[in-house]
Amino acid sequence: MAILSGLGEWFDKGRRSFAGWQEFIGETTVDCLSLIVRPRNFRFGDFLLAFQRASYSGLAISTGIGFLLGLILAFESAAALRSFGVEVYVADLLTIGLFRELGPLVTAIILAGRSGIAFAADIGTMKVDEELDALATMGLRPVRFLVLPRVAAATLAMPVLTVFAELAGLVGGAIVLRVMDVPTVVFWAHVESTATLFMIVFGLAKACLFGMLVGLIGCFSGMRTKATADGVGVAATAAVVSSIVAIAVTDGILAVVCYIWNV
Amino acid sequence: MERVIELRNVYAGYGRSVILRDVTFDVMKGEVFALLGGSGCGKSTIMKHMIGLNPVLSGDLTVAGMRWTAKTRAKLCRKIGVMYQSGALFGSMTCLENVLLPLEEFSKLRRKARRARAMELLADVELADAADKMPSEISGGMRKRVAIARAMALDPEVVFLDEPSAGLDPITSASLDELILRLKREKGMTFVVVTHELDSIFRIADRAAMFDKARKGMVALGTPAALRDSSPDPFVRKFFNRRKTDGR
Repeated sequence: MAILSGLGEWFDKGRRSFAGWQEFIGETTVDCLSLIVRPRNFRFGDFLLAFQRASYSGLAISTGIGFLLGLILAFESAAALRSFGVEVYVADLLTIGLFRELGPLVTAIILAGRSGIAFAADIGTMKVDEELDALATMGLRPVRFLVLPRVAAATLAMPVLTVFAELAGLVGGAIVLRVMDVPTVVFWAHVESTATLFMIVFGLAKACLFGMLVGLIGCFSGMRTKATADGVGVAATAAVVSSIVAIAVTDGILAVVCYIWNV
Repeated sequence: MERVIELRNVYAGYGRSVILRDVTFDVMKGEVFALLGGSGCGKSTIMKHMIGLNPVLSGDLTVAGMRWTAKTRAKLCRKIGVMYQSGALFGSMTCLENVLLPLEEFSKLRRKARRARAMELLADVELADAADKMPSEISGGMRKRVAIARAMALDPEVVFLDEPSAGLDPITSASLDELILRLKREKGMTFVVVTHELDSIFRIADRAAMFDKARKGMVALGTPAALRDSSPDPFVRKFFNRRKTDGR
């Protein structure tokens, strides 16, 4: 009986959460479309602030992690490829791995841990302090004020961070191969021949999609914050966990789609 | 006298939970109307219905002659101003920017005129000096004053004040009450005040409605003095005479 009751509660919670998510996406879409008619309504100042916090302030960590990722990947793969005498192909592996997959994925996880959590905490604190109610009673839509600038900032910050992470990763790989007596010029020649325009554009489009997911989930978690002592903490944790799950699932779906379409 | 707010047989609450039953009263233009009662009695819930944050469960509620619907929402939001318990100022904006926000969004004034109007509002609440300060740099009482200035920015017909005295020392609380009385006198503003502070009630309220959690309803309506002196209801008498029993 207890199991059934627990299951029922779980389903009910899931249903309400899904309904809330639907409502949030609906409101965001409507407000986003309304900007086409009245672009002046976009809070450009708030967007710039959120963009600066998401991109410039996160540049060092994503570049650093990207560098280390390239370094580690190069070391691990070079060890295996060296036994066949083809360690130079580490450059090809790194190019494909970073541009198509790991660059956007790792940067998105960093963004979720830095900006997604900050969005949830900011908006959650505003909700607890009744600032969202204040906006609503002034006739201002909280989604237009708080969500759109942050989602736009996260969406546009992601490609910037991803490019830096990918380039840093390649630099890391080049250093490892240089240590293994592969000339840097050969490394870059392999990178150039492996990287295609589609690969780069696909990776950056994926980065934008992941950024949008992080922004939406962070803001959604913040707007659903409960006015309890641990409300903001719970919302921030939910933002990071949900973002990482959503990024992984989306990446998996995209990998399957690419495999089916043979791209 | 003109009615600004009318409640007829209103059932207040959230979802399926009824907190107050069958509430009927009017708020007249130019008066300070207090919503009284102990913690959890539903006075903030009824205010949330009046300011359109939550729909009433049943009954009829009109503000400035209109019901809260999707169509009337935009109009009604300009007819009310709300000061929340914490002030609810936006932390990323200065005091001036907080007051400017509703003017920037809804007023047709030019930039300079908007700024002048916002400064005038801050001067009304005696905080012109704090215009460039962030909310975190001013005291709780000052934040509430700025919130009142913001609530009055669009010349609303009625201003709602949620627990204006909460968290303030008696002197600051009294000065806030004086501000409310001055705005009522000079600008003819109508105020609906949610409070349980007796001192404040007797200083500012023209009339009051009292709610009881146990009976889930409104138990008294009248002037504070009449409620204190001649209410037949034992709960009301106990509420107003608690000074004698709690040693205050």
